[in-house]
Amino acid sequence: MQLNTHGKPVGRALAAATCALLGVQATDTLAKGEPGEWDVETALLVYAESDSRVSAAEPVVSATRNFDGERQLNLKLVADTLTGASPSGATPSDLPQTFTSPSGSGSYDIAAGEAPLDDTFKDTRVALSASWTAPLNRDYTYRVGGYASREYDYLSTAVTGSLSRHLNNKNTTLTGGLSLGVDVVDPVGSAPIGLSRMALRDGKTDAQFNQEFAATRDSNDNKTLVDALFGVTQVINRQTLMQFNYGISYSSGYLTDPYKLLSVIDDASGINYGGNLIETDGNPVYLYENRPDTRMKHALYWQTKYMLGNGDVVDGSYRFMLDDWGINSHTLDLKYRLRMANSYLEPHFRYYLQSEADFYKRYLTATEYNNGAPTLTEASADYRLGELTGLTFGAKWGYRFDEDRELAIRAEYMIQSNDGDEGFGKLTNQDLYPDTDAMWVQLSYSF
Amino acid sequence: MSNSPRSSARRSRLAGTALVIASILAAAGCSNLGVKPWERDLLADPDMQLTVSAVDAGLDDHIYFSKEASSGGRGFGGGGCGCN
Repeated sequence: MQLNTHGKPVGRALAAATCALLGVQATDTLAKGEPGEWDVETALLVYAESDSRVSAAEPVVSATRNFDGERQLNLKLVADTLTGASPSGATPSDLPQTFTSPSGSGSYDIAAGEAPLDDTFKDTRVALSASWTAPLNRDYTYRVGGYASREYDYLSTAVTGSLSRHLNNKNTTLTGGLSLGVDVVDPVGSAPIGLSRMALRDGKTDAQFNQEFAATRDSNDNKTLVDALFGVTQVINRQTLMQFNYGISYSSGYLTDPYKLLSVIDDASGINYGGNLIETDGNPVYLYENRPDTRMKHALYWQTKYMLGNGDVVDGSYRFMLDDWGINSHTLDLKYRLRMANSYLEPHFRYYLQSEADFYKRYLTATEYNNGAPTLTEASADYRLGELTGLTFGAKWGYRFDEDRELAIRAEYMIQSNDGDEGFGKLTNQDLYPDTDAMWVQLSYSF
Repeated sequence: MSNSPRSSARRSRLAGTALVIASILAAAGCSNLGVKPWERDLLADPDMQLTVSAVDAGLDDHIYFSKEASSGGRGFGGGGCGCN
């Protein structure tokens, strides 16, 4: 708790004014930065999806130590526990379907007409990050940071660095940054070989099944990520601040989702080769997905903050992203902060529109499956790579006890809907693109 | 096919052109914009920071990263995950 409040408004205003425009991303807690103190932000987020899909609880603690007006250290710890079911990528069928669980040690059944959801997910993730921001001299500020997160089947690490140049009395800030990451993917049951066929245990000895299962497995794999960011932050006038960023991101290595499947559909009748057809080896026909092993993304981002005459603040941003997987997306985000004496209310709206990846296939036809020698090298039915529209509505309410302490609650509701190839024949009776509804509520306290 | 090398190159060129145009606009326009040091009162308000709450932004970025094919823009992606 802050005991010495003498002169604080002046010190705070000076620190905030000095720091207001340092860096692309580092401006979050600078305005609070009282030299020699820690600013701590804590939060608990609870996330849930409709139809008993994924639910998660996520506590966060972020602490920023201000050494003087401009040098600061930020440490952040995030944990999340996740349970629930995730769409496997397979299509619903007019017959019941049986799938082998990712580990190979069990199986799960999906009733006729139901969306195949893999309900075996349960994971805990812990993420730690640290960053150091400081001036090099009057005109330059640098920031270095590190990140590591660990979950059961995934390890992610990254180091980042950025340099900002202040111009025009600090009305303009140019920033260049680089991030290098290495992720280790260690899926349950090892990574499947792309487009290999799922083995099923039914009616086999353990030895037979284990041999078949092992034949679909590859070694574990890594991916590397290189991100570069160039940004301009510009004070437009006393009430308006604007930012423009260009980000480029290159990832290579294992970019496939090891748990996602593809159904195979008969060209003539639309019958599902999963539930309906068990081939002579006793296995239905589901293939593990396979994605390209590189991806290059470009993102253009524009953000504007504007303070109205009554003190309310408008925050609008737009992002355009495109990549060499054939995906492009538009993201529009609007917030309006209604400011009252000691509190604020902030409605939020977000719109997201995404085109599908070139290799996105809701299903494979029997011709594409080609009796086990697929005519395609890459295919995925992951709905997140399909044509997607997302709408988020939310609001945040915050109460400021004093200049340091704030309590806030935030709720967001997201509706995601997919569109695409509706299939043919019997497949048209199935809902291939169910909506995903998600809601999250976050309670925050900072001091 | 839309992911042909030619198409990818076109996309890269498009992004590159946009960047150049933005840089020129920024360089040309920025020198006439801005405020005097004593006019920063409103800009210094915590609510006028580009990212008011890094915790909110981090949590939302992680959710959208898990549910969509896009990420980044505002800053670096913020770390990978299995996110199946």
